[in-house]
Amino acid sequence: MVLAALFVLIGRSASGLTPPGDSFARVSPGAGFWLLVFAFALLVTDALTRLRLPPWARIGILMAIAGAVALLLWSGSWNDLSTLKEYGTRERAFWAEARNHLVLAFGSVAAATIAGVPLGLVCYKIKPVRAAVLNVLNIVQTIPSIALFGLLIAPLAWVAANLPGASALGISGIGAAPAMVALFAYSLLPIVSNTVVGLLSVSPAAVDAARGMGMTGRQRLLVVELPLAFPVILTGIRIVLVQNIGLATIAALIGGGGFGVFVFQGIGQTAMDLVLLGAVPTVVLAFAAAVVLDALVEMTSRGGRRP
Amino acid sequence: MIEIDNITKRYDGVAVVDGVTLRIEPCTICVIVGTSGSGKTTLMRMINKLVEPSSGRIRIDGQDIAGIPAFQLRRRIGYAIQGHGLFPHRTVGQNIATVPKLLGWDKDQTAARVDELLSLFQLDPAQFRNRMPHELSGGQQQRVGVARALAAKPNILLMDEPYGALDPVIRAKAQQDLLAIQRRFGTTIVLVTHDMEEAIHLGTTIAVMDKGRLLQCATPAQIIANPATPFVAELIGTSERPFRMLSLSRVADHVEPGEAAGEPIDASASLRDAYGELLWSGRPALPVRLDGRIVGQVTLEGLSRLAARPQ
Repeated sequence: MVLAALFVLIGRSASGLTPPGDSFARVSPGAGFWLLVFAFALLVTDALTRLRLPPWARIGILMAIAGAVALLLWSGSWNDLSTLKEYGTRERAFWAEARNHLVLAFGSVAAATIAGVPLGLVCYKIKPVRAAVLNVLNIVQTIPSIALFGLLIAPLAWVAANLPGASALGISGIGAAPAMVALFAYSLLPIVSNTVVGLLSVSPAAVDAARGMGMTGRQRLLVVELPLAFPVILTGIRIVLVQNIGLATIAALIGGGGFGVFVFQGIGQTAMDLVLLGAVPTVVLAFAAAVVLDALVEMTSRGGRRP
Repeated sequence: MIEIDNITKRYDGVAVVDGVTLRIEPCTICVIVGTSGSGKTTLMRMINKLVEPSSGRIRIDGQDIAGIPAFQLRRRIGYAIQGHGLFPHRTVGQNIATVPKLLGWDKDQTAARVDELLSLFQLDPAQFRNRMPHELSGGQQQRVGVARALAAKPNILLMDEPYGALDPVIRAKAQQDLLAIQRRFGTTIVLVTHDMEEAIHLGTTIAVMDKGRLLQCATPAQIIANPATPFVAELIGTSERPFRMLSLSRVADHVEPGEAAGEPIDASASLRDAYGELLWSGRPALPVRLDGRIVGQVTLEGLSRLAARPQ
């Protein structure tokens, strides 16, 4: 199995990585190319999973691939590809939207973590609250994202108009604010429920022993319960981060910015290369975030769980 | 000394522990025996306030525990449970150091105590200090659990079915260790079990509980000879009584003069072992060996007399 995976890896690095730059020079890659890249990416991911590499190695491989791609971009051998031509004319806008995208995705996850973990704690300690909170969050999760963006326009516009200082903070009916709020709302359920599940999965014997040895409630939480629940909470954050990196694309629809801007421009002009200029970085970003956080989850759960 | 005075615990109006009065002398092992649901664990958990009593008082060395903050009280009392309850994300050393750390011992003192306890439980400190709990066998985990409970030199040790998850061979060894440690430190131990055999083996006194009530509290010999209720008799096992009686004494205390032939038995063996050996080898008497010398014999007839119901 490992050998086969290695063969795949070698084959991939030989045929998958280098030729596109040369063989597809000065042409826009056809659908076949993207299919090929997709298939190879699947193969590599599968091979890497089978190899069961230690987390550090996985992050290392990710960095190596990122470095190789960066080198290819830097060297200019891809410069004649149509998507990069689109980039050339929109360089400024690209980086500005990239920043918007990152702020939207990471900011909403950070806010949801800060709010969600304590909320999860409360849900864990007080059973009646648990059912209520999780049900409400479940309902939020089922609202289609575009609908939620739209639904938020009215209340946020009202807030901006009636609360002094609100509009100075950048709150308005459209733009980044509703996008942020919507992403935050979507993030809460996975984070809160994973916090609850993580805390519930802590061995009752360990908690009882902690109590019996005279730890106060706070010590128990900080020394035993949270550290043992941490890998599960981190898994929740990983789910949300990957989800939000993708979801942030839609924020462009209500003027929130992000890579979605290029996607929707491209769709409007039937310019596939422009769509790709928005889509590829989003996918790459989501994939990288998934790899890094998966590695982190594994590192933190070491020793905590039976192998 | 632990004085439990007419203590009751009710959940939703149902008394789980019902008016129990019990006195546990210092430096003894009191084993609370009962079937599941008898309230034995609840009774024990009230001693370190893991369960608040509905009524009644508990005094430790004359001091009413109602006036002591729970976390302070618990740091003074060792606590070991079934399935050890070790913290899976901390090393063996960190686990044992839990209570000393809570009490603010300095680093050197704590480290020295951890090593002392590991050696005491036959775990090489250099080898085990930095291991994670999941890297240990069940018996080792149990020993670390008890070592952790003893870390801050408590006068009292509470144990809830500590050997429930161990196989018989390891359990017998662990019980032997516990007796040795109890003699060495003079700790007062309250141990909860459903196993009468274990209770007779370990207990200075045995407290039998059923449906929340304390049926009898007496020495093992008294319990075997005069069970207070049919339930206690049933728990001992009617047909087991003579053998349990014999298991309480050592050969050394009942040596008769005379010479017997064949393989001798050690004076430190229990009378039960001697009886078993007599029956198995088909001899009427066994020579008794003490420090390598033959000091007398035990006879089938003599043991039969000792196994009979005391008059």
